[in-house]
Amino acid sequence: MTLALSIKQLKKVYDNGFEALKGIDLEVKEGDFFALLGPNGAGKSTTIGILCSLVTKSSGSVSIFGCDIDSQFSEAKKLLGIVPQEFNFSPFEAVEKIVVNQAGYYGLPKALATERTEKYLKKLGLWDKRSTPARMLSGGMKRRLMIARALVHEPKLLILDEPTAGVDIELRRSMWEILKEMNAQGTTIILTTHYLEEAESLCRHIAIIDHGRIVENTSIKALLKTLNKEVFVLDLRETLANVPEVPGYRLRLVDEHTLEVEVEKGRSLNEVFAGLSQQGVHVVSMRNKANRLEELFVSRINAQEESA
Amino acid sequence: MNPREQWISFLTILRREIHRFMRIWVQTLVPPVITMALYFIIFGSLIGSRIGTMSGFSYMEFVVPGLIMMAVLTNSYSNVVSSFYSAKFQHSVEELLVSPTPNYIILLGYVLGGVARGLAVGFIVTMISMLFTRLQVHHIGVTVAIVIMTSVLFSLMGFVNAVYANSFDDISIVPTFVLTPLTYLGGVFYSISMLPEFWQGVSQLNPILYMVNAFRYGILGVSDIHIGNAFAGVGVFIVVLFAYCLHLLRTGKRLRA
Repeated sequence: MTLALSIKQLKKVYDNGFEALKGIDLEVKEGDFFALLGPNGAGKSTTIGILCSLVTKSSGSVSIFGCDIDSQFSEAKKLLGIVPQEFNFSPFEAVEKIVVNQAGYYGLPKALATERTEKYLKKLGLWDKRSTPARMLSGGMKRRLMIARALVHEPKLLILDEPTAGVDIELRRSMWEILKEMNAQGTTIILTTHYLEEAESLCRHIAIIDHGRIVENTSIKALLKTLNKEVFVLDLRETLANVPEVPGYRLRLVDEHTLEVEVEKGRSLNEVFAGLSQQGVHVVSMRNKANRLEELFVSRINAQEESA
Repeated sequence: MNPREQWISFLTILRREIHRFMRIWVQTLVPPVITMALYFIIFGSLIGSRIGTMSGFSYMEFVVPGLIMMAVLTNSYSNVVSSFYSAKFQHSVEELLVSPTPNYIILLGYVLGGVARGLAVGFIVTMISMLFTRLQVHHIGVTVAIVIMTSVLFSLMGFVNAVYANSFDDISIVPTFVLTPLTYLGGVFYSISMLPEFWQGVSQLNPILYMVNAFRYGILGVSDIHIGNAFAGVGVFIVVLFAYCLHLLRTGKRLRA
């Protein structure tokens, strides 16, 4: 299997002495949908900055589809599309102009640049706004503009740095669909996000970075298997004054209509329902208290901090 | 990138730069033209008529080449410094930095954008000057060569200023405190032969004197300095500054973290 991205012993020490990356190794396979997670200041944006050459690495090597970003600068860059966290286009230029110009910077002839611009602006729902100066767009439209711009040279590896930050739910879902479609068509995607639900529903593999080190690098399925307990929220038909007892399970009354139950890995929820039913407590609906990945993420970060 | 792709990228940057100053023509093209027209009226027509001749020409004829050169060099400089610093400030320069466009193409694109504005303003000012005096070009080759070389040089200087600038104040400090005094004392309004010997020597340390006089030689055929020195000096400065700008781009000074 070809590697879309290979990072070896990547280190970055900023001029003020801050060690942002402490020698990370990371591999992303071609066709993967990969999540790079981590708390603020963990090193995610520094890593992405190095990949797109906006940050100079201190040591280590990076290759994109086998092209070294130092020695095969031009080839590596053509294979890479970047959607940064912050808006980085001229607010005074028209939407179409921004995308056509970006195509030009990659050496695409005018006719092809115009054709691709139309294709991606239509795909991202911005064609009607093509003559609008970028500053007049809404926040969601600006994010979509940056995606269209990153796609115009049709990169094989697309990196999105928190692409749905500040985007409403409807738009976020539509962007997920676009990303899924692109991945299905063969584009390898690496995503950083704070919405762990986003990583869980989109990505197949995940790496967690903290304090400049990779603390977890596995498939989402394998990671979720390591979860040893889950908390469920049960909505009750009748009101409850006291917490019922079910042997082997910890229950907590949130309010008179809501119970929380902690279920350890390998145990069955049926026992909870049977125990509650015997006490005349009827459950009308149930949901996970928190995103499962979020629990894992917090536990990994906490474990890392305790060991530090 | 192959040469064809580099050419496309270069044209994209150049077109974008020209489009930028044309889009805001009220800010970029009109003010220098009004300023120069006022110079022509006040120094050329009103005061100039009482000054008499200078280097064998009427004061109006004498001052026109200097004023055209002054318009070209200040506009070349300010186009690049404001465009590149704005791109840095808005982070839109990252569009270029993440692309495979080589550094020398980025630099050429910005510099020729500055040259385009410098020459556009120079052309308009020349047209305006013809309302006040009859311009005859003594040596077309010298005139064209020195105006282009000066425009390139000041565009490169604008680029260096933009890279180092941390605020919009920083991009006006050099034009206000360095370029304007050097331009006014660079023989635009007078011949240095009018100065005492000591000040003639001091004036010869001013690089703008050489550019203005070489251009004046191209138009009128008179110069306070040897124009060979002007071409050599400007040529050397262009090579040195071009190399330095490439070094700034390669090391990512104030552009990459």
